[in-house]
Amino acid sequence: MSDSTLVISILAAAITAGTPILYAALGELLTERAGILNLGVEGIMLIGAVSGFIIAVVTGNSWFGLAAAMFAGGAIALIHAVLTVTLRANQVVSGLALTLFGTGLSGYLGKSYIGIPVPSPFTIQPLGFLTDIPVLGPVLFRHDILVYASYGLVVFLWLFLYRTRPGLFLRALGENPAAADSLGSNVFALRYLYIVLGGMLCGVGGAYLSLAYAPSWLENMTAGRGWIAVALVIFALWNPWRALVGSYLFGGIDALGFHLQVSGVTVSPFFLNMLPYLFTILVLVFVMIRQHGRLTAPGALGLPYDREER
Amino acid sequence: MATPFIQMQGIVKRFPGVIANDQVDLTIYPGEIHALLGENGSGKSTLMSVLDGLYQPNAGRIIIDGEEHKFGSPRDAIACGIGMIHQHFKLVEPFTVAENITMGAKNGDFWLSTEKIKQEIIGFGAKYGLHVNPNAYVWQLSVGEKQRVEILRILYQGSRLLIMDEPTAVLTPPETAELFSNLRRMTEQGCAVIFITHKLNEVMELADRVTVLRAGRVTGSMERSQLNPNQLVQLMVGRDLAGRSKPIQTELGPVVLNVDQIEVLNDMGRLGLRALSLSLREGEILGLAGVTGNGQRELAEAICGLRHIEKGSIHLHGEDITNLNPSAILDQGVSYVPEDRLGMGLVPDLTIIENLLLKNYQQPKYSGRWLLHAKAIEENAAALVEKYNVKTPSLHQPVKILSGGNLQRLLLAREIATIPRLMIVVYPARGLDIGATNDIHQLLLDLKANHTAILLISEDLDELVALSDRIGVLFDGRLAGEFPANEVDLDELGLLMAGSGQTNGGEPNAI
Ligand SMILES: Nc1ncnc2c1ncn2[C@@H]1O[C@H](COP(=O)(O)OP(=O)(O)OP(=O)(O)O)[C@@H](O)[C@H]1O
Ligand SMILES: [Mg+2]
Repeated sequence: MSDSTLVISILAAAITAGTPILYAALGELLTERAGILNLGVEGIMLIGAVSGFIIAVVTGNSWFGLAAAMFAGGAIALIHAVLTVTLRANQVVSGLALTLFGTGLSGYLGKSYIGIPVPSPFTIQPLGFLTDIPVLGPVLFRHDILVYASYGLVVFLWLFLYRTRPGLFLRALGENPAAADSLGSNVFALRYLYIVLGGMLCGVGGAYLSLAYAPSWLENMTAGRGWIAVALVIFALWNPWRALVGSYLFGGIDALGFHLQVSGVTVSPFFLNMLPYLFTILVLVFVMIRQHGRLTAPGALGLPYDREER
Repeated sequence: MATPFIQMQGIVKRFPGVIANDQVDLTIYPGEIHALLGENGSGKSTLMSVLDGLYQPNAGRIIIDGEEHKFGSPRDAIACGIGMIHQHFKLVEPFTVAENITMGAKNGDFWLSTEKIKQEIIGFGAKYGLHVNPNAYVWQLSVGEKQRVEILRILYQGSRLLIMDEPTAVLTPPETAELFSNLRRMTEQGCAVIFITHKLNEVMELADRVTVLRAGRVTGSMERSQLNPNQLVQLMVGRDLAGRSKPIQTELGPVVLNVDQIEVLNDMGRLGLRALSLSLREGEILGLAGVTGNGQRELAEAICGLRHIEKGSIHLHGEDITNLNPSAILDQGVSYVPEDRLGMGLVPDLTIIENLLLKNYQQPKYSGRWLLHAKAIEENAAALVEKYNVKTPSLHQPVKILSGGNLQRLLLAREIATIPRLMIVVYPARGLDIGATNDIHQLLLDLKANHTAILLISEDLDELVALSDRIGVLFDGRLAGEFPANEVDLDELGLLMAGSGQTNGGEPNAI
């Protein structure tokens, strides 16, 4: 393999490995933009992965699996919405509970599916002439359909946030819900909506793992990607494009470690597994220094809203 | 008389433990300016929040143009042409002016077309004389500008009633004058206005009709022309006000505070104080006038050790306290009543007892080696609350439920109880009703009689003139001028506050 094809294949692998993180990060980004912190991402991804896998095996159709993962992710996120928006529970506690719950439940549901292959996983579908573009073609356009969809999602979310009226209200929701409320937007309904949508995206992120990336079910197969997604939203400063870049960086570290191992470099696999998390810490340190300790986080992130509260 | 535009009938609103509105009736006619008055905690904001759809009343009806409406949220009120500017502005700070205003549009397009919005804002501004830069970010604006954005937004929503909750509390005299002329122009266009204020002269100047609340009930509702200020006070307080004692000419003692040519950075990292010097003696009140943002906060915080002093020195009783840490300075008998009562002065979610303890928890009387002496602490709190007349349902309530006047009394109680040698008070009467203002002023005068040196920072010239021995003006981080209080010329003060008085050629002027 020549050097350039090696680089291209590592870059392409970075995108594949980054895609589940990207979906989850976009989901969390949407939720946090609405002012709600959801630390349940890891659990929701696992639920998405296992339910998508089971339905894909049972029906033989991965699209049904994907739909099931979205549904399950949305349903779990709905619990978070009830707890944090209606009951105004502490968002950190609720999110952590969801992660514990999702981890346990997915292990339980998936027990009898370990080792079974997916009948028709999402496979690579090169995008015709676009793959002929030098370097970019094989890196960007030789993937499965879910990767292409994630490109579209990033563009859409970016336009939505910064160029549309509902997007403006979404940002206001996270900055100052009282302002959005006094202008007649329904803070409670909208927060429910974005929490559930965010959960659905996290579900897709999980399903990408079990239906495309490594089409199978393994207990705890997200292996901390949900947490990376949460950290990444901060790194991305709540911007979809930066979330994309960040996800591919993490994917790249994943892919690089894999290539090193395959090419016989003797590095401990434990060390390689540690890299993404080490990188997470470094990224957070870097962002905090760059921002002088002042993050441009949505102003009302993590705070419950009560109209009659003083 | 014309047919009413809005009628509120028998409105009742309860909060846990209090009835904020008790069978309140209010009638608003088209195109009128209606003043709503009452002491702190009399239920004015609550009543207006009910009319704005923010609070759900426990009983009562709202009739608009002869038809009864039920408001489930502010959205319903907006649909009926009602818009409210709250005591705390509800603007999204990181957004631009244009973005904030377009959020109020009734049926905006899906895509944001910023250009179109900017054109509209400029058009609206020209029509009502409300000029703002649509591209500016809200956090960059002064309070007066923010208020203009709020008004524009409500006009943009197509509202026919504008409710303003204490709009002038945070404005300078020229800003207030401008607001009033804007409001008049709006009523000429058929818009009705309800405004809440504690300042009687504003009522006499602006209002067509007046409604007065006391303890949640209406005590009077009538034409302004049938009223005089004394009657208003009667309606608000239920008795005549006890006049406060004239500031006695206390013997001025030795110099307590000496600030020598200090330079301090503000939050943006620019020079907030420029070679500022002043001195203050025992039993003296030095008033500092000036528009907010000219170094008031920086000065107070520099003295208390909360802000680093880049150059110059501060001496307290001859001892150098420059850049000592705050607790060392407080231990020398310095008290600070900041402008931001609930953010900096008190901890909103702690109880009254706990807030009163914050400054003296280290005293052996209140704490042992490991544990606090609950009984002594509670007795002390009860005594202070009694002495300073803080109205509260119980000592165990979080302080955030207290009304503005009671918060201020509580804060002063805590600070005065330590018998300070130097007291720094910033905007002590902001947002307080006349009764409470009187009480607070009396407390300060008593303190002065007790030989405390007081640095009084305020925007209210009447307050400064009534209390101070000397008055200086803060402008752009410098002291611009100094007068003995009994020789003060209000017009000249006003000019100096606006920065157009003659300056002393950049020379540091000690007073
Ligand atoms: N959200 C709330 N929760 C509990 N009690 C409240 C709440 N809002 C107001 N109250 C209580 O209702 C009463 C009326 O308060 P309100 O804020 O309407 O007074 P106000 O007339 O606007 O006073 P001020 O002049 O100080 O603004 C007070 O006793 C207050 O403590
Ligand atoms: Mg009020």
